[in-house]
Amino acid sequence: MAFTFAAFCYMLALLLTAALIFFAIWHIIAFDELKTDYKNPIDQCNTLNPTVEKVKKIKRVKIALKLVLPEYLIHVFFCVMFLCAAEWLTLGLNMPLLAYHVWRYMSRPVMSGPGLYDPTTIMNADILAFCQKEGWCKLAFYLLSFFYYLYGMIYVLVSS
Amino acid sequence: MNSTPNGGAAPPYQNGPVGQTYPSTYPPGYYGAGPQQQGYPTISGHCAPALNKFPITNNDHSAYYHHNSHQQPIAAPTPSAYRVTQGSHPPSQPYVTLPTSVAPPNPQQAPPFQQPSPYAPHGAYHGQQQYLPSQALIYPQQLNLVSATPSSQGTPMYPIVSYPSAPGSSQYGTLRSSQAPTGPGAISNLIGAPLHQYPPGNGTSHPASTAAVPSGHSMAPPGQPATVNGQGNAVQAPVLQHYDQSHQAAMAHDHYGVTHNTGGADRDRPPSETPFTSSPGHQQGGDSSSTTTGSASPVPNSYDSLEGGSYPESSIPPSADMTKQAPPFGYGYPSMQPAYQQRPSPRTDSSPSHGRYNQTGYQHLSQPFPNMSQLSAALGGLSGVPELEVEALRPVNLLQERNLLPHRPLDAPEPNLNADLKKANCSPDTFRCTLTNIPQTQALLNKARLPLGLLLHPFRDLAQLPVITSSTIVRCRSCRTYINPFVSFLDQRRWKCSLCYRVNDVPDEFMYNPVTRSYGEPHKRPEVQNSTVEFIASSDYMLRPPQPAVYLFVLDVSHNAVDAGYLDVFCQTLLENLDKMPGDTRTRVGFITFNSTIHFYNLHESLSQPQMLVVSDIDDIFIPTHDSLLVNLKESRALVRVLLTSLPGMFSQTRETHSALGPALQAAYKLMSSTGGRVSVFQTQLPTLGAGLLQSREDPNQRSSTKGVQHLGPATDFYKKLALDCSGQQIGVDLFLLSSQYSDLASLACVSKYSAGSIFYYPSLHHVHNPAQLDKFQKDLERYLTRKIGFEAVMRIRCTKGLSIHTFHGNFFVRSTDLLSLANVNPDSGFAVQMSIEESMADTSLACFQAALLYTSSKGKRRIRVHTLCLPVVSQLSDVYAGADVQAITCLLANMAIDRSISSSLSDARDALVNAVVDSLSAYKNTVSNLQQSGLIAPAALCLFPLYVLALLKQKALRTGTSTKLDERVFAMCEFKSQPLQQIMRTVHPDLYRLDTISDEGALHLNDCIVPQPHLLHLTAEKLTREGAFLMDCGSVFYLWIGKCCNDMFIRDVLGCPNHASIPPNMTQIPELETPLSERLRALLAWLQDSRTFSSTLHVLKDDASAKTSFFQHLVEDRSESAFSYYEFLLHIQQQMTK
Repeated sequence: MAFTFAAFCYMLALLLTAALIFFAIWHIIAFDELKTDYKNPIDQCNTLNPTVEKVKKIKRVKIALKLVLPEYLIHVFFCVMFLCAAEWLTLGLNMPLLAYHVWRYMSRPVMSGPGLYDPTTIMNADILAFCQKEGWCKLAFYLLSFFYYLYGMIYVLVSS
Repeated sequence: MNSTPNGGAAPPYQNGPVGQTYPSTYPPGYYGAGPQQQGYPTISGHCAPALNKFPITNNDHSAYYHHNSHQQPIAAPTPSAYRVTQGSHPPSQPYVTLPTSVAPPNPQQAPPFQQPSPYAPHGAYHGQQQYLPSQALIYPQQLNLVSATPSSQGTPMYPIVSYPSAPGSSQYGTLRSSQAPTGPGAISNLIGAPLHQYPPGNGTSHPASTAAVPSGHSMAPPGQPATVNGQGNAVQAPVLQHYDQSHQAAMAHDHYGVTHNTGGADRDRPPSETPFTSSPGHQQGGDSSSTTTGSASPVPNSYDSLEGGSYPESSIPPSADMTKQAPPFGYGYPSMQPAYQQRPSPRTDSSPSHGRYNQTGYQHLSQPFPNMSQLSAALGGLSGVPELEVEALRPVNLLQERNLLPHRPLDAPEPNLNADLKKANCSPDTFRCTLTNIPQTQALLNKARLPLGLLLHPFRDLAQLPVITSSTIVRCRSCRTYINPFVSFLDQRRWKCSLCYRVNDVPDEFMYNPVTRSYGEPHKRPEVQNSTVEFIASSDYMLRPPQPAVYLFVLDVSHNAVDAGYLDVFCQTLLENLDKMPGDTRTRVGFITFNSTIHFYNLHESLSQPQMLVVSDIDDIFIPTHDSLLVNLKESRALVRVLLTSLPGMFSQTRETHSALGPALQAAYKLMSSTGGRVSVFQTQLPTLGAGLLQSREDPNQRSSTKGVQHLGPATDFYKKLALDCSGQQIGVDLFLLSSQYSDLASLACVSKYSAGSIFYYPSLHHVHNPAQLDKFQKDLERYLTRKIGFEAVMRIRCTKGLSIHTFHGNFFVRSTDLLSLANVNPDSGFAVQMSIEESMADTSLACFQAALLYTSSKGKRRIRVHTLCLPVVSQLSDVYAGADVQAITCLLANMAIDRSISSSLSDARDALVNAVVDSLSAYKNTVSNLQQSGLIAPAALCLFPLYVLALLKQKALRTGTSTKLDERVFAMCEFKSQPLQQIMRTVHPDLYRLDTISDEGALHLNDCIVPQPHLLHLTAEKLTREGAFLMDCGSVFYLWIGKCCNDMFIRDVLGCPNHASIPPNMTQIPELETPLSERLRALLAWLQDSRTFSSTLHVLKDDASAKTSFFQHLVEDRSESAFSYYEFLLHIQQQMTK
């Protein structure tokens, strides 16, 4: 039983996935708020997009948790870690999501800042439904991968 | 005006305002004062306040409503429902017939009929939308009641006479026009009704008076003829021209005069004693008062004028079979007032007690009432018109049937509702649904393969609109729906929401009906009788005090702009219309000009000259001084005039070619952000400096590519973000693009799209090279400056439980799933909404949609305009097809296709359009039509669908293969998204008429002129002949095409040229010749013009090569370079269907 780099990667991934699960839940809640007319789409998109706010005068003070980019970066980060640790199976399992993230960001609406969500189109029923579905799917994926990392970590620890 | 004899006008006059607040407080004293009015309570009390209020409304809103009554001509060719129903109006019958049957036995029973007496005229007026005529009718009656001497008629009639004699009589001509068809009915009712309706108090004098009443109208004593004639004319004169606002102000004074007169009348009226006996408690009445369905007759412009009594008094029984057992309940209620008179504390006894005489009415009422389910079944319009449906479903073989077009432009299909609901329903010009029979489930909708959606034109100029001032606006407690004609009253105290089915209480105030001044008839309130109403909102509906009208003009003064010469026209037009811009004493204006720097103008009233402040730091724009860049128009008018006169000269020598549009807009935003308002931007080139600068993205070689079109979306989100900021600060940005070269409208348009502005595009506008375009610009600008405007608006669309909104189309920012934020709202923009069905609606037979537009008027009043549409829900696929509204479907599809072409690609969008036809026709073939015919079968309701879709595919916005400039394409797309339905349809499928064979057959007779109604022709060159002359109405432009061998007489009579060869090449108007043909033609053009708000230009085209491009591109049924002909398109569809 040795504490290898792979084991370290799994432990890190475990922690980060917990954070991602939190993000996913946050994402779901955010879109639910939008749908139930609780929030202004401009505010909401500003919360979700990590935009540099200079001109915008948002009245409501808010802990601006910029979700999209951190989520993507975290995911890319531990994918790279797994690559370094040569955990091919784990990396393979994460590839679809990685590819999806890349595609999603490439096909974002025209924007000057970073971000995914356009307040003018977000209320379109199709887009809203898509974003909600995306949130649920990601939540499921992160939950499953959380247990997989747990298993992977123990397996690596035990086997080595 | 004779105010002297009626000097006593004051007290009743003052009653007006009291009456207004009346609902909230019922001072016994008021009722105590009642006896005076009691004899003729309904008439008398109401007239005064009505008139009293009239001037106000006239100044305020009606001015704009009346200003362009453009829907009138539409109404003209299609006699409205009112007209049709008028003859056998159910509600009017009870008034007339019941009394005869009941009254004689007992004098005590007479009084109830005395009450209805005022209704008789109203009922008869049912279809008449104007208070004006009814006043005219009522006055004489009143007077006669008072003194029964014909001589006294003279005085009060004065005001009536004054209307037609006023310069703007045409205005009233309009009003009357709507009312006109019913005129005779009204009179006859007048004659009939009073005969049974003697108030006890009046005893014998009455017969005389009743006799006098009709005479006042039918015989037209000296004072009257004008009015009567006016009405008479109006019968054939549904169209009205435009009126000048200034003159309306003058009218207002007349109305004041009227008020005084009435006041006098009121006062002189002998009090009547109405015997009173208490009657069955209100519970009983409650049981009986059932669903109300109203009449659609729109009414006067204010609550108070509603009180004036022109309000139609009809309570319509829910279904035909109930008519007999349940006479109009309201019938009994009016007599409640007597009860109050004698009871000092009416409030304590909330159950209205009815006069003994009312028992007769009551016995009817207390008859067993159908339960709710029966009611809703009855409401569901199951008693509808099967013939219509059958006709709509008649299979048409498109490949064989060549003449699909109706002779006259297509009307909206009527929903299959029972007559009462149909009458109460919202006008199709305002609110239209693609499927007039709503499918029960999403599955059924999917089977039909037709889009479900709404087309709205919510802020349309209306000729008449009931305006309601009430301290509480009655809304459903759970879904916040405004009370509307489609709610059901379970009893007097409770109503059931038509959208969420919650049972709500009727507030006390609502029990009082201001129209009849009677208590206990909530179902007769104007809100419940009209599907389009406007409320004056209280402070609950304000986030901040209503803003003043603020107008900022941002003008491009670069070399390019000066060269085009628009500045002269702009300044000139604005100078002329400075006083006509909507607003009040708080109105503020400001000007910014820009080229490579931004120029502000200090117009403070203390200055002798406008002071120009130049800001050259365009990277970090700031406002040089805060106090006097936006100035009060009233105070600084002189300075504004000076500026406007000098502005064109100031930049005439400019060599500056750059344009810093982005910074100028930022400056405008900063300047306006504290108040909100309207920014009008005039831009003539691509922005080249500062934030928001754009590059040319158009490749001219790709203009006619059949592949796809790039760059339909914005290049930067600068304009979109700016628009969102503006929207947040209630600033609407309207864009006038006057450029000849590419200016990236796709990016620029965003600034208007998301701030609820309008976009205007005048390609190649130049004062020398293109005067026609400049002329159009000037006319449009005039309309733009003077049209009504609403500030800080939001629009919410609610629909029956089970339906939900999928997507919105138009210019706005979607604030929430059903809420649009509109910084400005203007009467020329339309909206489209895609709907989906989330839950099955099997348990309901009616679906309702309500659009509520809350806005601040230019006078600083917060107002809510509510439109409610009610449609039947069906479970059969065939019914869904029968109710398809092909025009609405086409418009909705166009909107969807444009979204698709921006988000995906143009070819995708085009395929989707073709698929929409293929899918719906094959779904119809496979499921509904059981005929195994070969050929392409479509239900009659959809027989124009392929034609319209083909026309769509050939529009500038969606065509491929034909050279189209990117800006023009993008502009056409913007138009589709923001124009109202009628305008879109004229653009998509222009109306083609043959003029040289014009005849008076079926012509409309309006105000002495005859408007011929030529038949519509298919848009194919086959219909053109060398001998003919044809008029094509494309919405924003008319083409008059003169064939080579056209009759010289026609050319001479109409164009004033001796022969075809001598027609000048760029003729843009028809000379005013005195020949009958010319008169007919000009009448037709004027009539067509009246149906739209922006003026259309006329091009006279000779049959030669130059005409080909502009005229022939609209002949959509013909084959073009790269597109199918209609027949080929049908074959293509057939082929796709068999795949």
